[in-house]
Amino acid sequence: MTETRNIGDTLLKVDNISLSFGGVKAITGVSLEIREREICAIIGPNGAGKTSMLNVINGFYHPQEGTITFGGEVRRKMRPHLAAQGGIARTFQNVALFTGMSTLDNIMTGRNLKMKRNFLWQAINIGPARKEELEHREFVERIIDFLEIEAIRKTPVGRLPYGLQKRVELGRALAAEPKLLLLDEPMAGMNVEEKEDMCRFILDTNDEFGTTIGLIEHDMGVVMDLSDHVVVLDHGEKIADGVPDVVRADQNVIDAYLGVAHE
Amino acid sequence: MLYRESGQYKTNYADDQAIFPLKQDRWLMAIALVVAFVVIPLTSSEYMLQAVIIPFLIFALAAIGLNLLAGYCGQISLGTGGFMAVGAYAAYKLATSFPDLNMIVVFLLSGVVAAFVGIMFGIPSLRIKGFYLAVATLAAQFFLQWLFNKVAWFYNYNPSGTITAPPREMFGFMITGPAATAEARYMITLVVVVVLALVAKNLTRGHIGRSWMAIRDMDIAAEIIGIRPLHAKLSAFAISSFYCGVAGALFVFTWLGSVETEAFAITVSFQVLFMVIIGGLGSILGSFIGAAFITAVPILLTNAPQFFGFNMPIDLQKHFEVMIFGVLIIFFVIVEPHGLARLWQIAKEKLRLWPFPY
Repeated sequence: MTETRNIGDTLLKVDNISLSFGGVKAITGVSLEIREREICAIIGPNGAGKTSMLNVINGFYHPQEGTITFGGEVRRKMRPHLAAQGGIARTFQNVALFTGMSTLDNIMTGRNLKMKRNFLWQAINIGPARKEELEHREFVERIIDFLEIEAIRKTPVGRLPYGLQKRVELGRALAAEPKLLLLDEPMAGMNVEEKEDMCRFILDTNDEFGTTIGLIEHDMGVVMDLSDHVVVLDHGEKIADGVPDVVRADQNVIDAYLGVAHE
Repeated sequence: MLYRESGQYKTNYADDQAIFPLKQDRWLMAIALVVAFVVIPLTSSEYMLQAVIIPFLIFALAAIGLNLLAGYCGQISLGTGGFMAVGAYAAYKLATSFPDLNMIVVFLLSGVVAAFVGIMFGIPSLRIKGFYLAVATLAAQFFLQWLFNKVAWFYNYNPSGTITAPPREMFGFMITGPAATAEARYMITLVVVVVLALVAKNLTRGHIGRSWMAIRDMDIAAEIIGIRPLHAKLSAFAISSFYCGVAGALFVFTWLGSVETEAFAITVSFQVLFMVIIGGLGSILGSFIGAAFITAVPILLTNAPQFFGFNMPIDLQKHFEVMIFGVLIIFFVIVEPHGLARLWQIAKEKLRLWPFPY
């Protein structure tokens, strides 16, 4: 499948990142590249520093060393709103939806950055503000359509089952029309059908919108099927990087997952 | 049976996003407005307007203000009384310094002054949350009350330390001051409250409201989307304080006529907070219901014994009133922790299916 898609230049480059919390080293000297339109999986055992890596890319954590290059701009550290403005969207390991709001509102919130009308227009809700709202509603409806969640449009997301919540969260991330979509365990805790649906959505997103995807996942079947390129972390260090088949055969990776016999 | 959405199809998003998408809601609202603008001024007594309806409207406005902050943006504030005081004293200073200024402009400007003060006291919210923020806003309450008490400039060096609404007219009617009729004061209050309630509803439905709710529900996810907590929280503080400020200005100008700082004590902050909690956090309608509950129930309780033919000493009656009121608050909070607005929501859902169980 890699041959058929035109994978472009480097979109995100993380260079020699080190992050520690006090004495605990979460990430040591990790570099990785995600290229345009590819699906890159970041895998590793628990505590390997995968989520920390995403948090660094997002600007939640500020690494002590290293640089982040995104879309040609080199940064010492990211800031969350700059990352969002630059086109990085993300979903969370534990669903982080706005539970009091409806599905529609959640996804609409994803488009907040694109809505510019100031509060005086909002207050009277006629003219430009209203027009803007309707335009974005139309876009959001396309996402709702794409994710097949029309029936739960007006339901508060707090009442939805877990699988659907994950889907709404993906919708919210897609609403920002991201260049780079980071998915933190999108399939955790799902049954086979839900996983299949989610895979389909991820592949379609990548295919139709040309969105670059960075993916953390523990289901190896999914990872090997979906991704063009796999990065393996263990104890905060990168131990392998390459196409799925190569990574799968890598002795370090097998050791990290299965453990090594101690002498 | 009566309250059904079946058969009301929407063929475009504009209809679906209308403020009252259901025909029944539009009718109810129209009836409520007719009652408010025509029936009440024609039928209510001076006492009824002065003691019940005007304070209800003013507290509803303050409750909307606090609801925008606490209910929509999730930032608890105990400074409502202080921000109302800012509005009241700003309106007093503006009205006495610029006698020709239109009263509506005075009310709006005093709201703006309160908004700036609100932003200043909202700054701690960027670092602290929950109860700690409540304590920080408590500082606003005490500081502002102390300031207006101590600095004589705010009450124009009046020896009694009170501020009194100067007589002003609009459209040929006296609307403030001792000569203003209760009807005139009621109408001006009503117009301000209705317009601002509509504005609040619009704000909460737009992207600003969504960014507040996003901060309330999950601030980390909100940040990832690109919502800046600084902007969202401070705008919530500003707009909330604007509402409280206008409510404070009306408090003096169209309700009491003359107040001292004691009128904006911490008890007012608590009263408004109770209204928001009982009415329903995150609901504009809830603010009205909560304000009605807190202002009307004590008066009902006062009048109830005579109505049923009981005669009891006035002090005993007063004690009963406080006791029953307290019990009612506890009852409602236990029965429906999401407020009376939620009860209305549930009733609507039931009505949709009635008379069938599902």
